[in-house]
Amino acid sequence: MRNRKRRLSKGMLRLFWTVVLGLLAVTMITPFIWMLSASMKLPLDVMKLPIEWIPKYFYPDNYLKVWNIAGKGARDYHFGVAYANSLKIALINVTGAVITSTLAGYAFAKIKFTGRNILFLFYLATMMIPSQVTLIPKFVMFNKMGLMGTHLTLILPGIITITGTFLMRQYFMQIPDELRESARVDGANEYVIWARIMVPIAKPSMASLAIVVFLWNWNSYLEPLVFLSNWRMYTIPLALTNFIEESVTEYNLVMAAASSALLPAFAVFLLGQKFLVKGLVSGAVKG
Amino acid sequence: MKRENVKKKGLSRQAKINLVGYSFILPNIIGVCAFTLFPMLFSLVISFTDWDYTRGIGNWNFIGLKNFVTIWSDEWFTSALTNTLIFVIGVVPTTVFLAMVLAVVIDKFCYAKLPVRMALFMPYVSNVVAVAIVWVMMYSPWGPFTRMVVALGVENPPQWLGDTTWALPAIMLMTVWSGIGYAVIIYTSAIQGLPKDVYEAADIDGAGEVAKFFRLTIPFLSPTTFFLVITTLISSFQVFAPIQIMTRGGPGTATNVLVYYIYTSAFTFYKMGYASAISWVLFLFLFIVTMIQWHGQKKWVSY
Repeated sequence: MRNRKRRLSKGMLRLFWTVVLGLLAVTMITPFIWMLSASMKLPLDVMKLPIEWIPKYFYPDNYLKVWNIAGKGARDYHFGVAYANSLKIALINVTGAVITSTLAGYAFAKIKFTGRNILFLFYLATMMIPSQVTLIPKFVMFNKMGLMGTHLTLILPGIITITGTFLMRQYFMQIPDELRESARVDGANEYVIWARIMVPIAKPSMASLAIVVFLWNWNSYLEPLVFLSNWRMYTIPLALTNFIEESVTEYNLVMAAASSALLPAFAVFLLGQKFLVKGLVSGAVKG
Repeated sequence: MKRENVKKKGLSRQAKINLVGYSFILPNIIGVCAFTLFPMLFSLVISFTDWDYTRGIGNWNFIGLKNFVTIWSDEWFTSALTNTLIFVIGVVPTTVFLAMVLAVVIDKFCYAKLPVRMALFMPYVSNVVAVAIVWVMMYSPWGPFTRMVVALGVENPPQWLGDTTWALPAIMLMTVWSGIGYAVIIYTSAIQGLPKDVYEAADIDGAGEVAKFFRLTIPFLSPTTFFLVITTLISSFQVFAPIQIMTRGGPGTATNVLVYYIYTSAFTFYKMGYASAISWVLFLFLFIVTMIQWHGQKKWVSY
C-alpha cells in the first residue's frame, strides 16, 4: 500500500519537473520563435502589441526580398554572396584543419621523433595565447603581404588548429601500439599506416572535430570584421551587421536574414549532434 | 649483412624516424609559427612602442613600459577592466551553477530528456551576430522584456541596452542564456559516469534528494565544475561580439570591455602599440586563470 503511494508520488514528481523543464526549454527558445515569427510578418505587425506569436498575416516574401529572388528585392543585400563565402571558407577550413590535425596528432601520439615532448609542451603553451594578442600582428602581416580583404586571411590561419591537434593526439594515444607494429612487420611505412589504418578508425573523432571547426568558422566574427572590407568578400556575420545598418527599420527583413543565417548551423547540429557532443566533451573547447 | 645494408643507406634509424615524424607535423608547425608564435613575439615588441599604424611599419619609438603605466590613468581602460571583471564574475558562477542544477534535474526527473537538452543547447550553436540582433529587438521598447515589466506594473520601463545601469546586465543575461547549454551537455556526460552504488547506499540510508545533491553530486562533479569554471572564465574574459553589435561599448562606458577597447584602439584609432599592451594585460589575466587550472586541478578537485 505504502509502496504504491510512493511510486505514485514519484511519478507525479517526474511529471511536475517535466512540465517545469518543458516551460524552461520553451523560454530558452523564445528568442528563436520570436525571430521566426517576426521574419514572416508584415513590417508594421512586428511592432504590434500585444505580441502576435503566430502572425495573423503570413508574409514569406521577406525571405525572397532578403535573398533578392524573383526580382522581389527592392535592393540587393548581397546575402547570397555572403552565404556562399561563409560556406566556402567553412568547408575549406574544416577539410584543412581535420587533415593537419590528424597528421600532427598521430605523429605526436605514436612517432617517437627527437624533441617530440618539448615540441608538444610548446604547443600546449601556445594554446594559452588569446587570439586578440595575435590579431594586430596578423592585420599588419596581411597588409604587408597584400592579402588584406581576401579570404586567405581567414583560411591560412584557419586550416590549422592547436586544439584539434590536441584532440586527435588524445584519441591516437589510446590506440594500442600493436596495431601499428603488426602493420610495420607487414612492411607498411608510417604514411600507409596513417592513411590505411589510423584514419579509418579515427573517423568518429574526425567527425567531431569537423563539426566543432565548422561551427567556429560559421560563427566567427572578430577576424572577418578586421580582415574583410568589401561586401563581395563578406561572411554571414558581417552581412548581417551590414544588414542592420542598411535597413534599420525593416525588422521583418532583419529577422528573415537572421533566420537564414542560423539554418546551416542548426542543420549541422541536428545531423551531427552525437559527434558534436562527443567533440565538446572530449575537451574541444572554444578556440 | 643486413645491418651493413642499413648503414650504407646513410641515415640512421632515428634520423629516419625524425624525418617521417617532422613531415607529419610540418604543416601544423608552419602554421603555428606563422600565425601564433611570430605574431605573439611581434605583439610583445610593439607593446613597448608608441606605434601609430598611420605612420607606417617600422616608424615607431621604443618607450619602455610607458603603455603599461599610462593605461591605469586611462578612464576607458579602467572602465573596460572593471566591466570585464563584473561581466566575468556575474556570468561564470551563474552559468555553471544553473547548468549543474539543470543537468541533474533533467537527468533525474524529466521524461523528454533529449528535446529539453537540445532546446538548451540551441543558443550555443547559433551565430552570435544573429542571436545578438534578436536580443536587441527583444530589449526594444516593444519587445517581450519591456512588455513583461510593464505587465508587472512598472510605469517607466528601462531602456535596457540604452540604460547605463541595465546595459551590462542585459548582455550578461544573454551570455548566460547562450552559454548554459554547453555546460549542461558537459555536466550530463559527467553525471552519466557517477557511481550508482554510492547513490543506492544513500537511498538505503534514507537520504533525501536535496541531501544527495549537496553531499554526493556536487563533490562528485567537482572536476567537471572546475573545468567548466575555467573554460567559461576564459571565454567570458574575451567577450566581444555581443558588445560590438548590441551597444558598441555604450551608453558612455557602461559596456566597454577589454577586447572591445583593444578593437577600437587598434582598428578605429590605429594605436597599435597601445592596443597591443592592453592585449597583454588580457593575456595576463588568462595566464593566471590557466595557472590556477594547472596547479589547482589536483588540490581543488577532491572527493
